[in-house]
Amino acid sequence: MTAKAAPAPATVPPAGPSGNGAARGKRSMFRRRPFFTVALIVSLAYILGAIFAPLVAPYDPVAQSIDAMMQPPTGAHPLGTDSYGQDILSRVIFGARYALIIGFCSVLIGAVGGLIIGLAAGLSGGWLEWALMRLIDSILALPSLILAVAFIAILGQGVDKVVIAVGLSMIGPFSRTVRADVMQVRVQGFVEAAHLMSIPYLQVVWRHVLPNVIFPLAVQVTIRISEAILVSSSLSFLGIGVTPPTPDWGLMIAEGRDFVSFAPWMAAMPGFALALLLIALSIVGDGIREEFDPKGRRGS
Amino acid sequence: MSFLMSSASAPRTEKVPATAPVFELIEVEKVFQVRPPNSGLSRKTVGLRALDGVRLRVDTGTSIALVGESGSGKSTLLRVLLGLDAPTGGRALYHGAPIREARAKGRDFARDVAMVYQDARGSLDPRMTVEALIAEPLRHFNIVQKDQIKARVAELLDRVGLPTDAGRRYAAGLSGGQVRRVAIARALASEPSVLVADEAVSGLDVSTQAQLLTLLRGLQRDMNLTLVFITHDLGVASYLCDEIAIMYLGRIVETGPTDVVLNAPAHPYSAALRAAAPRFFEPMPEPLSGEIPSPLDLPPGCRFSTRCPAAQPDCGERDPQLGRFGAHRAVACLHPLTNPQA
Ligand SMILES: Nc1ncnc2c1ncn2[C@@H]1O[C@H](COP(=O)(O)OP(=O)(O)OP(=O)(O)O)[C@@H](O)[C@H]1O
Ligand code: SF4
Ligand SMILES: [Mg+2]
Repeated sequence: MTAKAAPAPATVPPAGPSGNGAARGKRSMFRRRPFFTVALIVSLAYILGAIFAPLVAPYDPVAQSIDAMMQPPTGAHPLGTDSYGQDILSRVIFGARYALIIGFCSVLIGAVGGLIIGLAAGLSGGWLEWALMRLIDSILALPSLILAVAFIAILGQGVDKVVIAVGLSMIGPFSRTVRADVMQVRVQGFVEAAHLMSIPYLQVVWRHVLPNVIFPLAVQVTIRISEAILVSSSLSFLGIGVTPPTPDWGLMIAEGRDFVSFAPWMAAMPGFALALLLIALSIVGDGIREEFDPKGRRGS
Repeated sequence: MSFLMSSASAPRTEKVPATAPVFELIEVEKVFQVRPPNSGLSRKTVGLRALDGVRLRVDTGTSIALVGESGSGKSTLLRVLLGLDAPTGGRALYHGAPIREARAKGRDFARDVAMVYQDARGSLDPRMTVEALIAEPLRHFNIVQKDQIKARVAELLDRVGLPTDAGRRYAAGLSGGQVRRVAIARALASEPSVLVADEAVSGLDVSTQAQLLTLLRGLQRDMNLTLVFITHDLGVASYLCDEIAIMYLGRIVETGPTDVVLNAPAHPYSAALRAAAPRFFEPMPEPLSGEIPSPLDLPPGCRFSTRCPAAQPDCGERDPQLGRFGAHRAVACLHPLTNPQA
């Protein structure tokens, strides 16, 4: 018989290319994805600017000055001033604070809520799953902006309310992706293997289902932060989000809209800041997803 | 079976009465309620007999191969043995107690009976390192003290022929053969006395198969494991297993010592398998002409009568059960090909 002739080797030859490839890939990711790297630098700049806003901004963002109203960009005010004489550069820098805080916090609310509902729906089955999914479906039928408007109507205005409203409006999409991932993970062999080992159910969920769901969720979070920022800015733009004189980009764009023909910088500067951040964040999110999503690499 | 008991060493047999086999299946039946094909919108279901009158006895220290065409019910039989599925009829016993009860009673069954999945990669959590994967059963069953887990993992890796630094890798970075080794190491971690494996070497190239088989055979001997091994491959069965059980359409149609059964098959189906697979280490080709009947619509009388070259008129009337055939063999045929003394 063939098997007798071939003795088992003491050790196995080193792994194929896939083993070392993963490690090598991580190191050179920044070089392989120049757009990602640039977008990451831009995003980090925003984050640093937001954190150290009081140090970076040349003026107090809400300090009004009758002497310097609606000035075009000059040396003293690099991005000009608005109709109250507030320095736009300072307001844009502080605006990053609000945008990022609202974005992160509301996405966190959406992700945690989505994780709970999605896990419950994906693991329960039966009528509970049916009820949860109908709930999610009815929520999903509305775009998140409309939904956020509805929540604002109930909650009222203010930064905290915006965070909650936008966060609630994002639970639906998050639940859906979490549930899809849970359904996919729970039928996998390693879940049955854990069950076979008589590991208690909740421990299996905690140790094997959750980690395999959390990671795609984290990727989703990075992608959806820009959506949350956009929705919150839209709320402010509509005049139902944060209240003046908070240096919020949406609010600044709305204020500048009336003067766009003779003071275009008032709306353009915060608009540009918003657009650049959104683009940078979505490139970063996409890059992370493509790089780390195990689905794209499975079957190796 | 009893002729093998002599080779079984003492430690494992002490804790159970010598008479109770590890597994005993008595007239086990597993019927799945399925919606028949072309049933349209109707919700009516029919019974699919995945297992039908299965008799099997697995003694301590034996290695037994389960062989049969695709759809013959091998995996279903395994799931019944592991207590994952409850049989719909008959009795499935583990050391004399119903398997489902033994499993429900605590961790002892799970610790004692370990499984190597056919889809070894899928049975390993992709987000855990090899070390964490092997440490999981060590921790779960309190096999060793906390501070000795690392050392034991290294020992197990060495036992299955993997380098120690494989512990830091993830399953995605390992080759097919290495993944099987990890799955085997993980199964061995709980210090089981029974190892159950579903197609543990199929889908690998011949030399990797040979290495794994050598490993499994060594483990079986050194640790005195009871081995239940599903395979498509008669060569693998005869290399690794003392005994063989051949399945056809949900029933074991012949059992006995592997070399005896393969050299002188008594059941026409075993003979057909043997004739169709003259070379070892090759997957089983279609052993017989003619369609395998649907398990939804079993033929009357002997289930093999539609394809049996040795069929007689009475084969369509009586359904042969697996019955004794000489000292160590059993066959489910009205007109066996050889006589019991063979
Ligand atoms: N959960 C189930 N529900 C309905 N039918 C099932 C189920 N599991 C198995 N079957 C049916 O039972 C029969 C035996 O299946 P089983 O998977 O045990 O075969 P097998 O011998 O393992 O085949 P293979 O070699 O392809 O793995 C098949 O006809 C299959 O369709
Ligand atoms: S009982 Fe008859 S049909 Fe069935 S296997 Fe034996 S000879 Fe063939
Ligand atoms: Mg199978």
